[in-house]
Amino acid sequence: MTDPTTSNISPDASASTGISIGGLLRSPASGAFMGFAVVFIIFSVFGFGRNFLSVPGVTTWVNYASLVGIIAIPVGFLMIAGELDISTGAVLPASTMTVAIVSGHYEMPVLVGVIAALSVGAAIGFVNGFIVTRTQVPSFIVTLATLFAVAGLTLYLSILFINTTNSFYHAPDWAKSLFGGKFYGFNSSVFWWFGLICGFVFFLHYSPKGSWVFALGGDQGSAHNAGIPVKRLKIGLFMLCSMSTAFAGVLQVITFNSATSQANFGLIFNTIISVVVGGVLLTGGFGTVIGIVFGALTLAIVTQAIGFTNIDRNLSFLIIGVMLLIAVLMNDTFRKVATNWSASKKK
Amino acid sequence: MSSKKPILELRNVDKSFGPIDVLDNISLNVSEGEVLCLLGDNGAGKSTLIKTLAGVHQPSSGEILMDGQPTSFASPRDAQERGIATVHQFGGTYPLMSIGRNFFMGSEPTKGFGPFKIFDRAKANRIAVDEVQKMGITRITDGDRLVGGLSGGERQSLAIARAVFFGARVLILDEPTAALGVKQAAHVLRIVNEAKKRGLAVIFTTHQVMHAMAVGDHFAVLIRGAIAADFRKGDKSREEIADLMAGGESMADLEANIENRTESHSGHAPQSNA
Repeated sequence: MTDPTTSNISPDASASTGISIGGLLRSPASGAFMGFAVVFIIFSVFGFGRNFLSVPGVTTWVNYASLVGIIAIPVGFLMIAGELDISTGAVLPASTMTVAIVSGHYEMPVLVGVIAALSVGAAIGFVNGFIVTRTQVPSFIVTLATLFAVAGLTLYLSILFINTTNSFYHAPDWAKSLFGGKFYGFNSSVFWWFGLICGFVFFLHYSPKGSWVFALGGDQGSAHNAGIPVKRLKIGLFMLCSMSTAFAGVLQVITFNSATSQANFGLIFNTIISVVVGGVLLTGGFGTVIGIVFGALTLAIVTQAIGFTNIDRNLSFLIIGVMLLIAVLMNDTFRKVATNWSASKKK
Repeated sequence: MSSKKPILELRNVDKSFGPIDVLDNISLNVSEGEVLCLLGDNGAGKSTLIKTLAGVHQPSSGEILMDGQPTSFASPRDAQERGIATVHQFGGTYPLMSIGRNFFMGSEPTKGFGPFKIFDRAKANRIAVDEVQKMGITRITDGDRLVGGLSGGERQSLAIARAVFFGARVLILDEPTAALGVKQAAHVLRIVNEAKKRGLAVIFTTHQVMHAMAVGDHFAVLIRGAIAADFRKGDKSREEIADLMAGGESMADLEANIENRTESHSGHAPQSNA
């Protein structure tokens, strides 16, 4: 709340258009960018003699960031809308096994496997969204339940269909280069990620529906009164999240030629860390796509590229823990700065 | 002013939830360019009455008339589409979103075509700032500012300006001044007057008699779900209204009572058994 007596009535009514320094500074992405820059510079210094900046060094963490990032952005959408999705850790293996079973074991065309995997993702997302919107159960609990249910089902069905929990799949050449190829060391997933970032930025920040996502996290009752289809939008966001995870699974299985049905619990933490380090408020209503992109890149540097530096590998978890704590504290400060920005500028 | 035709009218409306009668035989009307103040203590049925007008509840018996025609509102959305806008204390605004996006939430202006329609930020900001300024809030000049940085009164004003812009004919304000300081409340009261001047029918609930007296043309006092008094501006003094709201007891008596009891309880106010 600003004190009306301290800010003057500004005579100029010119609405600021385009990019301003103040606008950049109050964006939640600026904190994520600064965090990324600090980590990048420190790692560059310590990794100068150990190939951190070489092609294999850079591609290692960018490739990793792309897979986490494809999932983290829609997880961030849900967090902006005031919800949490941790079922991603089970959707990813479910998707890889679907591709391996449908296109590998049963030798169906690769596109059939991809569509099957995306359908599995869509179905899980729908179940998540449906339960969250029809009951008062928090999405953390609902997706925790689907996390275990889907993980168990994946193991069970893998044994049932192919009698093993791990499988291999070699995609035909065109599919291999489209979903799992390498260009100058960068996996196809990096280019897919870039394309999806453009789509996600457009959806959240430019399309009229982007506002609705923020409104869900801001005040759901008011959003409903303003005529926003709250339930449909939420179910859609859960489906988007699970389908993106399934797509990351498709990219993964075609890139690495192998699939596993073990639940990926690390992925859950990695996506949430990317989102929070990316400047999204845990309480919802605030965040940017570009911030999450920087969050995923920062996480990837610390976890994957530490071997290219003189920093002890075992410290990477410590760095992430400290980073996460700083990010949460910073996010709160940034929110305060953002809401008070205009008033303090005019003092 | 009373010669104008009422926009919204209630005739003998009762509302009960199960065995509990909340509204009892309410008849009221509000015309364009008129402010109806609903006064009453907590629990008098003000909120239920407002919710009935806004389509949240349907009356158990009795009629609602809009422009003289009997009608019923299926949902809050239905009532809104027919020009009845409700503004709650901070309702309808999202603190971490810009003024422009707040103003057009749910009806965003777009430019471009096909699937590439984008939110027209410049247009939204311009209209939002214009409309709020027309309502007399000149301090808002930048549509990119986040609503969380505005004062409570300004947020109210934004919500009211929004309702007016989107064609509300009846504006229902639920305790708009309750949580505000003196200056901020004056802000909101000015906006209520502005809305009235534009020909809107305003229904204003409060338990602050001063605020009601400042803008009201027509007053209704609710006590235990029934209308205890229905009068026009100038018919009653402030003391009389305050006494009515206190449930017929004289305010002066109540005050004396409190003082006596606080003294006899060594400075602590005792549990009320009124």
